[in-house]
Amino acid sequence: MKRTGPLALVFHTLVTIFMLAPLVIVCLVAFTPENTLSIPWGFSLEAYSLRWFKAAFEHSDLMQSFWNSLGVAFFAATLSVALAIPAGIAIARHEFPGRQALNGLLLSPLIVPHLVLGVAMLRLFALFGARGSSLWLTLAHVVIVTPYALRLVVAALAGLDRSAEQAALSLGASHATVFRRITLPLMLPGITGGWMLAFINSFDEVTMSIFITAPQTVTLPVRMYMIATESIDPMMAAVSALIVALTALAMIVLDRLYGLDKILVGQH
Amino acid sequence: MSGRLGPRGVPFALSAPALALFALMVLLPLVLTTLLSFQQYDHERGVQSGFTLASYAHVLGDSYYYEIFFRTGWIAALTTLLCVLIGAPEAYILSRMGRPWRSIFLLVILAPLLVSVVVRAFGWSLLLGPNGVVNQLFELLGIGRLKMLYTPTAVVVALVHVMLPFMVIPVWTSLQKLDPMVESAALSLNASPWTVMRRIVLPQITPGLLSGSLIVFGLSASALAIPGLLGGRRLKMVATLIYDEYLHELNWPLGAAIALALLVVNLVIMLGYNAVLEGAYAKRMGRG
Repeated sequence: MKRTGPLALVFHTLVTIFMLAPLVIVCLVAFTPENTLSIPWGFSLEAYSLRWFKAAFEHSDLMQSFWNSLGVAFFAATLSVALAIPAGIAIARHEFPGRQALNGLLLSPLIVPHLVLGVAMLRLFALFGARGSSLWLTLAHVVIVTPYALRLVVAALAGLDRSAEQAALSLGASHATVFRRITLPLMLPGITGGWMLAFINSFDEVTMSIFITAPQTVTLPVRMYMIATESIDPMMAAVSALIVALTALAMIVLDRLYGLDKILVGQH
Repeated sequence: MSGRLGPRGVPFALSAPALALFALMVLLPLVLTTLLSFQQYDHERGVQSGFTLASYAHVLGDSYYYEIFFRTGWIAALTTLLCVLIGAPEAYILSRMGRPWRSIFLLVILAPLLVSVVVRAFGWSLLLGPNGVVNQLFELLGIGRLKMLYTPTAVVVALVHVMLPFMVIPVWTSLQKLDPMVESAALSLNASPWTVMRRIVLPQITPGLLSGSLIVFGLSASALAIPGLLGGRRLKMVATLIYDEYLHELNWPLGAAIALALLVVNLVIMLGYNAVLEGAYAKRMGRG
């Protein structure tokens, strides 16, 4: 609007191109009919092909990893929300000794590099004989996505008008009823947003998972990392394009539900 | 249900499940890794029991590791600098845009955050490869083809792409607190745009720049997938070094020692920043 000069506009355009270029290029290359990584070009349908999507769907390791990721992300997100709701209530609504420490610990996966968490958990898994266990892998993912769920739960609680709760209590409703009928429904957008953010972050996680997955539990990003370090063919582009499309879909849902800028920027 | 617990027990009971998980999956593994870093490693017999500083001495006594630490340091620092130079003006431009465009472009800048880093690394390998779009563009411009893939250039470019949202977000947040009327007032009082920048906008976004820089530096220094995919085998960084020690060399004590060093550096930077921020806040409050 106001005095956005031409120089600023050029700068902004370049930054936008920079941010979108790698995502756009994988989506283009995904449709190549060639065996090489080339950008399909032309106005006829023959210039484009879905063969690499077909190849991706027929790649059994890749599909196995996709289902692994889906399962891990679903359960990790659900469990992290289940832990974050009570913990968030304790942090947002109670004063108790160790409150700051608890908050710090639960948010620590944002500060402790995933790489360090990965090697640390690898040690734990080795001692417990837990490598190759989907359950332990899921618990590890719960740890790294809980901060996202917790932040949105705490934000939802902070922005919550307590007069409705007080009114219900004064009218004789029990604490459990107030929680179930008033607090929880009012927190729902934050909880859903937290769940989805946790799901996406678990689904995308590669740095920690690379250390703690076994051949049968390899998640999709780890599988893609493994494929990409060996050889690069257009099938990777097809898988990447599918991920971009799925992420875009999730983002639209998140935006409708909660406001994506609120989630990403964290304004409350 | 809460009656029996008493006022002190309620928050504890509420947070107990999360606390238990984090104690088991974060604190215990970190303690175990610390212990591991003090154990002896033998190429034939594997990890031995006992207490030794051998791994730390090995890292400190070999210039090979210094080279990797130094490379990681300058790549992370350069990434941070570029994120400041690109992210701060971009956040400022975004904050001055009109209604629909502002949210749309904010999403465009931030959305890649949600796409897997492996996908983005793959995208950059397509763009920066010997026959990639960027090289074709260079050829058209008469610059000629450059080798970028598997060089620090590719790693820095991709890291900037991944880290830029972490710079835009805090700067954007601190710009939200800036009343545009202050800028207008300064301009109407004949301050030059440059003065407005230096005296009003810059002080306002400094905390955001600082916190963004720390996040970007910390994440860049410990990034694994980007150097792993775009740096190739010979361009080692701390993260790929730890990866190799754990999964190829199987020298876990050495890997643990390096990982702990990385963690300590990260924590010192983050906690140091918090102390600085709190100090500045206290000063501002005292003045006001």
